[in-house]
Amino acid sequence: MSNELDDLYQEIILDHNRHPANFRSMVDAHRTVEADNPLCGDRLTLYLKLDDDGEHIADLSFQGSGCAISVASASLLTQRLKGATVAEAEALFETMRGVLTGVIDAADTTEALGGLAALAGVRRYPMRVKCATLSWHALKAALGAEDAADSVSTE
Amino acid sequence: MPCEELMTLAAEIAAADAPEPSGPRPWDLDAIRRDFPILNQQVNGAPLAYLDNAATAQKPTAVIESIADFYRHDNANVHRAVHALAERATLAYEGARERVRGWINARSVSEVVFLRGTTEAINLIAHGLGQGWSAGDRVVLTQMEHHANIVPWQLLRERAGIDIAVLPINDAGELDLAGLPRLLAPPTRLLALTHVSNVLGTVNPIADIVHIAHEHGVPVLVDGAQAMAHQRVDVQALDCDFYCFSGHKMFGPTGIGVLYGRQAHLAALPPWQGGGEMIRRVTFERVRFADPPQRFEAGTQDFAGAVGLAAAIDYLDNLDQGALARHEQSLLRYAVERLDAVPGLRLIGRAAHRAPVLSFLVDGVHAHDMGTLLDRKGVAVRTGHHCAMPLMDFYGVPATTRASLAFYNTRDEIDRLADAIDYARGVLA
Repeated sequence: MSNELDDLYQEIILDHNRHPANFRSMVDAHRTVEADNPLCGDRLTLYLKLDDDGEHIADLSFQGSGCAISVASASLLTQRLKGATVAEAEALFETMRGVLTGVIDAADTTEALGGLAALAGVRRYPMRVKCATLSWHALKAALGAEDAADSVSTE
Repeated sequence: MPCEELMTLAAEIAAADAPEPSGPRPWDLDAIRRDFPILNQQVNGAPLAYLDNAATAQKPTAVIESIADFYRHDNANVHRAVHALAERATLAYEGARERVRGWINARSVSEVVFLRGTTEAINLIAHGLGQGWSAGDRVVLTQMEHHANIVPWQLLRERAGIDIAVLPINDAGELDLAGLPRLLAPPTRLLALTHVSNVLGTVNPIADIVHIAHEHGVPVLVDGAQAMAHQRVDVQALDCDFYCFSGHKMFGPTGIGVLYGRQAHLAALPPWQGGGEMIRRVTFERVRFADPPQRFEAGTQDFAGAVGLAAAIDYLDNLDQGALARHEQSLLRYAVERLDAVPGLRLIGRAAHRAPVLSFLVDGVHAHDMGTLLDRKGVAVRTGHHCAMPLMDFYGVPATTRASLAFYNTRDEIDRLADAIDYARGVLA
């Protein structure tokens, strides 16, 4: 299992890079966050729409360009959190940040992560961690207060 | 202490101690590679192919040993005490200054200022010249500058309200000199440009450009960071007013660099930092500053670094410069041929006169994925914007992969680069 987790370019990552899920703009989004990593040239926009109750994520999509890791991470993020509650999304942000920075052992959270576990290999590539976290920081900003920044940047 | 006399004495001692020129060693690439111990290692199970020389060049044993020997035998602070070690260290430091002077053919050691590197040198000039400039005065840069020759001028623009004009380039990555005379009209105070582009490899015709600038009464600062590893530079032949370079990009240590400036220009510049060693006399009421170069060398300098830089110059001086240039140009031609054969690969920059630097994009493979996948095959390249975002904007690309070669690289390493690019395309296709 650990070998599989350690591999940066797993098939699931490559698939999501080739055919990203929810790769579209959203005209009626409640929150739109621009995220960029100027050092890499990665740039993406995350769109988020909430249910009427304001508790659930009704729709989540993204557009932009970046490396395979950042595109796959954004794709997996949108796929996983569509329909989730805001609280679940915030909790997953913390878990993913822990896994990607090596603070949390991915093996302990495989069940909670599902397909996202494929991103865990990035922790062995310190120079690439910011690629994987970019969309998650955009999510965090989108979930924040309405007056929160509408752009985030990782370097 | 009368620094001029000491510098003169040290220069004379250094010149007297210099070995008789025995002619360059025969060009033997295997022997040259053995001089660079770091090249002989495995990375991810493959032999290292170090193609990131524009970021920093590797160091020959002679440089590494010169620094270790200095610390082992001669270390003491320079220009301060009169004991034996201080004398040796001072002579080594001032001897290094003379070595640099001779290598770049400056008129006098007082035109050679030791600083941390190219970035600090350009900041010093922007800071010092800028004190005499008024709002609306103009500095002319080019589209292909490194951030180190952009941001210091933007800081000056914020402080003093100066204008920045940009000389354009063509698609091949060559300066468009047609518009230069217009940009040099008053109130232009300085033209600041790179000798060799760190992204495109373009070698700019500095002597011609300086000639045009001087006809308009405009002095020229040259960023030589990328030039020194590929050719011997003669500042008098270029006739430039300032020339800046870094030791670590020319096979010397990090932390040491050089600002060459014409004596009259340096003498007119105010100090850069205040501290020890840059003064003549200090009371609490007033201070009298030392003459250049000490005026710009406040505090304890990286004298061990200067010793290492001199060793790097000794090493380069012992190489056959003609053979070096032929080898590099042969590698460049071969690399262009191999990369042009890769489907979906786009080379950025095709200047007629180039150093062996190759920036490229490959369809379907982001530069950062390329960097990681090439590393898996032991091939070290740089990826990203290369601290030249305006140049990336010109070509409309967010990032490129850059292979930058040095004289110790081989055709086999070019083959391995091309094969590794194919591997990366295979993984991500």
